[in-house]
Amino acid sequence: MSEQNNRQAYWTANLKLVALCLSIWFVVSYLFGIILVDQLNTISLGGYKLGFWFAQQGSMYIFVALIFFYANRIGKIDKQFNVHED
Amino acid sequence: MDLKTMTFLVVGATFALYVGIAIWARASTTKEFYVAGAGVHPIANGMATAADWMSAASFISMAGLIAFLGYDASVYLMGWTGGYVLLALLLAPYLRKFGKFTVSEFIGERYYSKAARMVAVLCLIVASITYVIGQMKGVGVAFGRFLEVDFHTGVAVGMAIVFIYAVMGGMKGITYTQIAQYCVLIFAYTVPAVFITLHLTGVPVPQIGLGSTMADGSGVALLDKLDMVVTDLGFVAFTAQKWSTLNMVLLTLSLMIGTAGLPHVIMRFFTVPKVADARTSAGWALVFIAILYTTAPAVGAMARLNLMNTIQTGEVGSVDGNMVYADRPDWFRNWETTGLLKFEDKNGDGRVQYYNDKNEAFAVKAAGFGWKGNEMVKVDRDIMVLANPEIANLPNWVIALVAAGGLAAALSTAAGLLLAIATAVSHDVIKGMISPDISEKKELLASRLSMAGAILVAGYLGMNPPGFAAQVVALAFGLAASSIFPALMMGIFNKNMDNIGAIAGMLTGLFSTLLYIFWFKGWFFIPGTAMAANTPDNWFMGISPEAFGAVGAMLNFAVAYLVSKVTPPPPEHIQHLVEEIRVPIGAGKAQDH
Repeated sequence: MSEQNNRQAYWTANLKLVALCLSIWFVVSYLFGIILVDQLNTISLGGYKLGFWFAQQGSMYIFVALIFFYANRIGKIDKQFNVHED
Repeated sequence: MDLKTMTFLVVGATFALYVGIAIWARASTTKEFYVAGAGVHPIANGMATAADWMSAASFISMAGLIAFLGYDASVYLMGWTGGYVLLALLLAPYLRKFGKFTVSEFIGERYYSKAARMVAVLCLIVASITYVIGQMKGVGVAFGRFLEVDFHTGVAVGMAIVFIYAVMGGMKGITYTQIAQYCVLIFAYTVPAVFITLHLTGVPVPQIGLGSTMADGSGVALLDKLDMVVTDLGFVAFTAQKWSTLNMVLLTLSLMIGTAGLPHVIMRFFTVPKVADARTSAGWALVFIAILYTTAPAVGAMARLNLMNTIQTGEVGSVDGNMVYADRPDWFRNWETTGLLKFEDKNGDGRVQYYNDKNEAFAVKAAGFGWKGNEMVKVDRDIMVLANPEIANLPNWVIALVAAGGLAAALSTAAGLLLAIATAVSHDVIKGMISPDISEKKELLASRLSMAGAILVAGYLGMNPPGFAAQVVALAFGLAASSIFPALMMGIFNKNMDNIGAIAGMLTGLFSTLLYIFWFKGWFFIPGTAMAANTPDNWFMGISPEAFGAVGAMLNFAVAYLVSKVTPPPPEHIQHLVEEIRVPIGAGKAQDH
């Protein structure tokens, strides 16, 4: 595979990973925290209503996890396509 | 020891620490002044970014907004954290690979145009100054309370201290100082939160305590109890939604993409050793930020509960159910001196009635109790975090600590922003455009003069702020969101984006958002010049000025895309540059140039 094609394939793999992460990002904040909040609020999580919990707690924990998940996976992809730093 | 002495002692000690570090690590060259020598470890960088990032808005203002807005304030929590995901996934690694000093340098080079760089500088300055106004409001509240002076005097004292502080350090001093500041501010924020949660629910972790039952043996969940207490006085339930869903979505989006477009945050990622570190740095920054942000909902909810219970001591409507004004606690008196808390005995019974007199059904009921309107005529939301430990009767050293933390938050961010403004003026405008062969000494002088100018403007507007600290800061995010973020993102993800498209997009985003904000908040935020009252009925589709940044960003994307379709594509070497940025391999050493 030529250098050009390899980089193109790397970029496509990266975009797929970014799309996956941003879908989760959207679902936990905008969907669970805002748009579906009333529906989720019918479920309780201890003294929290679930929608409220996603909006004021859960989404933030997932954001942190997402960044490290992305960093870890893209690190592997960097190596797989041999475009990592030394 | 009395509270005032204790506060002076604690604030003085922390300041001595910061100044000491700043002197020890004083910037000696221009490069150090701007970007803190290369090779800062991702965890250290994350901690410094967190301190830089968490300003008066996060520390002083946000929990106050949560206390009064309840669920709706979730937009600030999600908005100011979710942006880091965008930063880590869409911008930080690529800008680090590009490896230049400033955001506007990237835009200038990527769009092969001095005009593009100039427009970027304009956007950055507008967003940064708006941001500093918010900090000044926060500093004014903090100094006003602790020096026991009027709010305006507090702002003036804050201006002087911020100036000395920012001019002395520069970035090198600031990185180490900010690590110290982070430790002070997170300790100051969590200690009272733990005390209060323990007291109310018996659980020592605020994040869990907020979802627990009250420790009074009633078995009622804290949030349900709070909903009950506030609705009993005619207020909307704490966990209920008040804003429209559209406005909440747009405001959250605006804050998120604004986070990823603010110069002083992005600059941080130029200083890590490797591209991979830029990704994890954003993650570490968010870890340190989330510690405060997940605690804030507990602080807000519990502060509200304690405030309501302090004033409404007994059953609503009973003769002796309200606090007697003459017996008001010390914190109440102290905050009255600042002018940020005001009481007016409307029915002349010597007791304080605090309820929602805008709620017509409840107002009728209240009239039956002999109440003649809400007597807490002013409760500035920005005082809640600082007043919280006093309301909860915590020991004096905790109260003093919160003061020190609030000041650390405001100062660290103000200093970082002033630096970004100074860099924009001296490095981008003067060195980059007007006189490229300026000496290092003159460049430093120019940057210090521009800091002084920015502080004067921000201080003046901070005395007459267009909103609570967190709201003013939200406006700054809207401006960054609508102008800078789309240009950066398209610069990396769309190889065919050209100079004219990007410039047209940035100008459309910036000016549409500015116009919308000034329309409702007054031209250049000067009080009394608003074109329409800032109420939901007047807003376009119910979108608040704080939330309009997301719309501005969409306009920016759309205009840039359309214009790029009808103008010549970027030259070969620029397309090559974009391809180069996209892969980590071959990244230069941090900041070598």
